[in-house]
Amino acid sequence: MKYAYYPGCSLNATGIEYNISTKAVAKHLGLELWEIPEWNCCGASAAHNKDHLLALALPARNLAIAEKEDLDVAVPCAACYCRMKATQMEVRNSAEMKKTIEEVIEMEYSAKNEVKALLDVMVNHVGLDEIKEKVVKPLSGLKVASYYGCLLVRPPELGFDDPEDPQTMDNLVQTLGGTPVNWSFKVECCGAGHSTAKPAVGLQMIEAILRDAKENEADCIIVACPLCFLNLDMHQKDVTSGQDLNLPIFYFTELMGVAMGYSPKELGMEKHFVNPVPLLEKKEILRHPSARREEA
Amino acid sequence: MVAAAQHPNIEIMTYAEVEKVNGYIGNFEVTIRKKARCVDEEKCTGCGLCQEKCPSKVDSEFDLGLGKRKAIYTPFPQAVPNVPVIDKENCRKFTKNKCGICQKLCPTGAVDYEQKDEIITDKFGAIVMATGFEQFKWEEVYGEYGYGKYPDVITGLHFERMNNASGPTGGKIVRPSDGKEPKTVVFIKCVGSRDEAKAKSYCSRACCMYTAKHAHQVKEKIADSEAIVFYMDVRTPGKAYDEFYEKTLEDGALYLRGRVSKIYQKGDKLIVKGEDTLVGKPLQVEADLVVLATAMVPAEGYEEIAKKVGVAFDKDGWLQEAHPKLRPVETHTAGVFVAGACQGPKDIPDTVAQASAAASKVAALFTKDELTTSPLISEVDTSKCSGCGMCEPVCPYNAIAMKTISERVPGGQRERQVSEVNAGLCQGCGACTVACRSGAINLKGFTNEQILAEVDAICL
Repeated sequence: MKYAYYPGCSLNATGIEYNISTKAVAKHLGLELWEIPEWNCCGASAAHNKDHLLALALPARNLAIAEKEDLDVAVPCAACYCRMKATQMEVRNSAEMKKTIEEVIEMEYSAKNEVKALLDVMVNHVGLDEIKEKVVKPLSGLKVASYYGCLLVRPPELGFDDPEDPQTMDNLVQTLGGTPVNWSFKVECCGAGHSTAKPAVGLQMIEAILRDAKENEADCIIVACPLCFLNLDMHQKDVTSGQDLNLPIFYFTELMGVAMGYSPKELGMEKHFVNPVPLLEKKEILRHPSARREEA
Repeated sequence: MVAAAQHPNIEIMTYAEVEKVNGYIGNFEVTIRKKARCVDEEKCTGCGLCQEKCPSKVDSEFDLGLGKRKAIYTPFPQAVPNVPVIDKENCRKFTKNKCGICQKLCPTGAVDYEQKDEIITDKFGAIVMATGFEQFKWEEVYGEYGYGKYPDVITGLHFERMNNASGPTGGKIVRPSDGKEPKTVVFIKCVGSRDEAKAKSYCSRACCMYTAKHAHQVKEKIADSEAIVFYMDVRTPGKAYDEFYEKTLEDGALYLRGRVSKIYQKGDKLIVKGEDTLVGKPLQVEADLVVLATAMVPAEGYEEIAKKVGVAFDKDGWLQEAHPKLRPVETHTAGVFVAGACQGPKDIPDTVAQASAAASKVAALFTKDELTTSPLISEVDTSKCSGCGMCEPVCPYNAIAMKTISERVPGGQRERQVSEVNAGLCQGCGACTVACRSGAINLKGFTNEQILAEVDAICL
């Protein structure tokens, strides 16, 4: 199984562990990811507020390169996914727009290949059965709140799961041996850039998500978006109003990696602000060094 | 309903379904399946002993699952006729061949487990469609309200049942989850109505008024209560309607203009997130009970029955009247009338008015010995008709039937099929004249020659 891979800017910076863990897990599952050469910015958040054509042309260039190889595109970042999918739909629906875009990017692009979220590729195309076979350290006893955020399943025309109560990640958690948590903030807004631009507004939104997960007895939260991760993980200390929530955040690929026997280091998990290792040790999914020494 | 049941000229056939409708205005032949209720209507006195002693309890459909009924039951206390029916799926006699208490106890021996469906065919002069409405299934599309997983998010009909003195709670407003009295009740209007993205584009018309009534009832029945209504518009066109709404405001109901974006459970409270668009700010309410004013949709099975009777319906399934202003109770099929919510969402006064109009139309029809129909109807030239039958399925009024004629040909008699137009049913739409390949059908007043002459006049 081969996909074109569009990591996007975050996966080379704030979300580097998403990139590392994705590559590790994909390799383990025999999923070949061909990184689009010389990919450019997807235009998320800035371009579509500025200029409609720019917002479509930016992702179209990346998609056109993948189309030359006749590959479907796997997109880990939810914002990139949304922009690319929107471009694909617009080109499919309007011959006129297709022509305009092709002129702008100076490449042919007919949108014949699919744009898929990495989560969708893993769960629905690689398949849960395949993943289950590779699980060597089931996440027994780990209560996981799946957080989808705003762009993964919305707008409904672009998403691949129910826009209000999605289940894809919950099913994945179940397959990895964990316990999905039933909570109400699966698709709430994480505040995106507000945590930086307008902290009073943004931090409140982050806090609401973290609190609801905690109140529903989640041990951790998994996400499929680098911005959600950044907000929930890096800003966690800013919102707890003196109280330590200590709620580790994982990319879904990291938990897949853990269940498949990779060490936190191999998955880039030392980059987290909220250290997830103690939780995994407490649940005896990873062994504490002292336990290892004792055994030796 | 009791008055109708006792009227010498009215026969009510309950627990029955129309299987087939043949014929035409003044001469309908209707096949009705009278389902086996397993209780003899003639013998039953309606004493209710069987219902009292029946050991099987199931959720009551009439109380929308808020209360229980027995396996032998009448749907509600005032049901006409007061003869119970056995629910075969839940009756122990039918499922396990045990029990039989109702039969043993019945003082008149009316319970008959062996009763079979009865097929009745009878003649009728006119048909009034009054199949009504049901609630839009909000649980299937409104994920933001929880897809029906929160027990304390109910609909206006649930609320109505709770408010009823003979209802499952004896008229007390309670939370279905724990039976406690709610203090803060949130009402959400237009759930499914005026929401093209998720559901229906139309306004369901009755919800603004019943929500005002419900809010008023909350304020009246529960001390220190708060009734909060989220609305898009308050539509109160009707005699004394706006005054009633104003009264509800005076009672202290809080009307907030804005849609609710999300409901979720937090402890035993429901958090309702929305926006006050008049202030321009998002807001959050901790509610004990949420009541949704769900859209009206045509009753299940409307498509089937409309096709059987030959009535058209619109994109939403509402039965089509012949003219929205001038013929609001007639349909395009002569002798078939519409009454009530099956024609479109409406409240009780409108329903009663339309039903009365339909009844008057039927009475007027029956006073005449002969019918006058429009002369501009289709006509078959049997000498040209090849008997292909193409015209029969295209007729929306089932006015065309095939018949066998016998004609003289060189060397003797010959029998062949030709189509025939029923003058009582044909409405002169002209669909058959287009379908006819041999040009044998012509619409009087609009014959092919006449239309060609018109074309010539314009083009030449």
